Amino acid sequence: MREISFAQALDEAMMEEMQRDERVITMATRRAHALEKAFGPKRVRFTPISEAAFTGIGLGAAGSGFRPVVHWGMVTFSFVAMDQIVNQASKIRYMFGGQADFPVTYRCTTGGGAQVAAQHSQSPYSMFMHLAGLKIVLPSTPADAKGLLKSSIRDNNPVIFFECSRLAAVTGPVPEGDVTVPLGVADVKRAGRDMTVVGLAYYVREALAVAETLAREGISIEVIDPRTLVPMDVETIRASVRKTGRLVVVDEAPATCSAASEIIALVTEDPETFRALRSPVERVCAAPVPVPFSPPLERAALPDQARITAAVRRVLEGAPVAV
Amino acid sequence: MTTDAKELITMLRTMVLIREFDLLAIELRKAGRIHGVVHPYVGEEAVATGVCAALSPTDRITSTHRGHGHCIAKGADINRMMAELFGRVDGYCKGKGGSMHIADFGIGMLGANGIVAGGLPIASGAALAAQLEGAGGVVACFFGDGATGEGEFHESLNIAALWKLPVIFVCENNRFGADNAVESVRVVADISLHAAAYGMPGVAVDGNDVLAVRDATGNAVDRARRGEGPTLLHCQTFRWLFHAMRDAPPPETRPAALLAEWRERERDPIARLEDHLTHQGIVSAADVAALREGVKRDLGAAVDFAEASPYPDPDDLLVDMFAE
Repeated sequence: MREISFAQALDEAMMEEMQRDERVITMATRRAHALEKAFGPKRVRFTPISEAAFTGIGLGAAGSGFRPVVHWGMVTFSFVAMDQIVNQASKIRYMFGGQADFPVTYRCTTGGGAQVAAQHSQSPYSMFMHLAGLKIVLPSTPADAKGLLKSSIRDNNPVIFFECSRLAAVTGPVPEGDVTVPLGVADVKRAGRDMTVVGLAYYVREALAVAETLAREGISIEVIDPRTLVPMDVETIRASVRKTGRLVVVDEAPATCSAASEIIALVTEDPETFRALRSPVERVCAAPVPVPFSPPLERAALPDQARITAAVRRVLEGAPVAV
Repeated sequence: MTTDAKELITMLRTMVLIREFDLLAIELRKAGRIHGVVHPYVGEEAVATGVCAALSPTDRITSTHRGHGHCIAKGADINRMMAELFGRVDGYCKGKGGSMHIADFGIGMLGANGIVAGGLPIASGAALAAQLEGAGGVVACFFGDGATGEGEFHESLNIAALWKLPVIFVCENNRFGADNAVESVRVVADISLHAAAYGMPGVAVDGNDVLAVRDATGNAVDRARRGEGPTLLHCQTFRWLFHAMRDAPPPETRPAALLAEWRERERDPIARLEDHLTHQGIVSAADVAALREGVKRDLGAAVDFAEASPYPDPDDLLVDMFAE
């Protein structure tokens, strides 16, 4: 299969979905020249730097029959549009009794590791997971990025589509043509026996690297990528933990009220899965600080393979849970 | 009877219905028969009525927390509105929205909104949809004077002007943002002046003159349908009653002289149209009395409809969260 980058895969998805459905329109503060050339400035709109307005314009156009794809740029900028996200988009369908659908996709880049400091290195998925009413998508491979973006655009609900900055240039096999990945289906990226590691976005790759290294010691790690955080495919994760009896979750958001916390709660509150645990679970997350600029400080703030490996070893050696 | 006379009587009836609906809602809330918060539109009826009289049925509107009048003027069913206030399953939102979140997408009423200025971006988005549809549709966006302090107001006006969106921004300046007099939160009294900064017409209109509002809106609608973009209407009106009530109306803190001045017969939007129609010989006093009786009967029926409707089933709590 041909290999393309994560960013190219997303571009392909946009091109194909705009070709497929003339109700798909886009808005962003950065001009999308290829799309504009293909589909014209009416459907491919560049906007003033007015996130609150164009976030709501996307929502309003969605409620009137279009399928807007709104790109915030970095997720950072979504915070100036919080009214439209929190008070409007996440509630509009339910509070009006399901009278209309709002098929709008909000794209944004996310994550740290690029030395762009505190404001531009955020991973706030769980802030949005907390709002009932938004679907939250977080791909880790080029193929998933393309297939999930296509599904997000076709979904009849507001979707926030997070694009991890450190993955943009990563290449991988991507099937040609109209291949979608359904929302709400996790992917077992590597099968294993001794330990389940759930990774998010960039940390799926890091978890796979750790699994490869530890396999040489005979440690068999199963790596799971939830791919969408809302809806969360909890059953795939629980089934894995029931098999391995051990769980580590890796995410570059700080641990408090994080997606990692949610995954652990979903796993441990299920009686059957809880009884299958052979060791305490662990989160490997960012330090509870604004991500610092200086490379050694930034590295210290974010998870890495050494920290994942250490967590895996602790959980493997952990005392059995009393039944 | 001429069409014009019919239209005038329809506008009178709409305004009376809006006023009586909210006065009834206040009594129902005091009696504990409905729930939550009531934001009465009493005194401002000419704005919603005049604006919607200039729209076609397929045009769309967005509304505010003080939204019952906008719903009624756009043609909403008062039975389903009342059922929503009662929290019943036959309400517009199946009891999930209540007073501040009534919507009827079927008639182009895209929703009341509990957030000041929250509707401006959404209205602009609906206007973008109308522009892309190319069928000449327009959107009227209602908001209060308080919204001019929000970023969403300024951002939306700029983008709407830049993209020539077919939207009419209708500022209902009722002189108070919650409890704060407009002059205590703004330097410039004439809100229509904001329009110049965004390159669109700004029109100040007597918001208690339903015909003036209709005509000013008509001009803005024509301009929007021609593809020339948005207009900012500054409708100067007055909120006769309190900002909001829960169990009981809050005490009035505004100067009695100011209230009296705005409640004079020649400033009352309903009395003004009523007097105009009687002086013109279009209606008699008996016609007006009959119209009022009809409104009260319809409202009584709406309460009956609402009370006959069951409460939503708690088992349906999660229904309507996500579309298939």
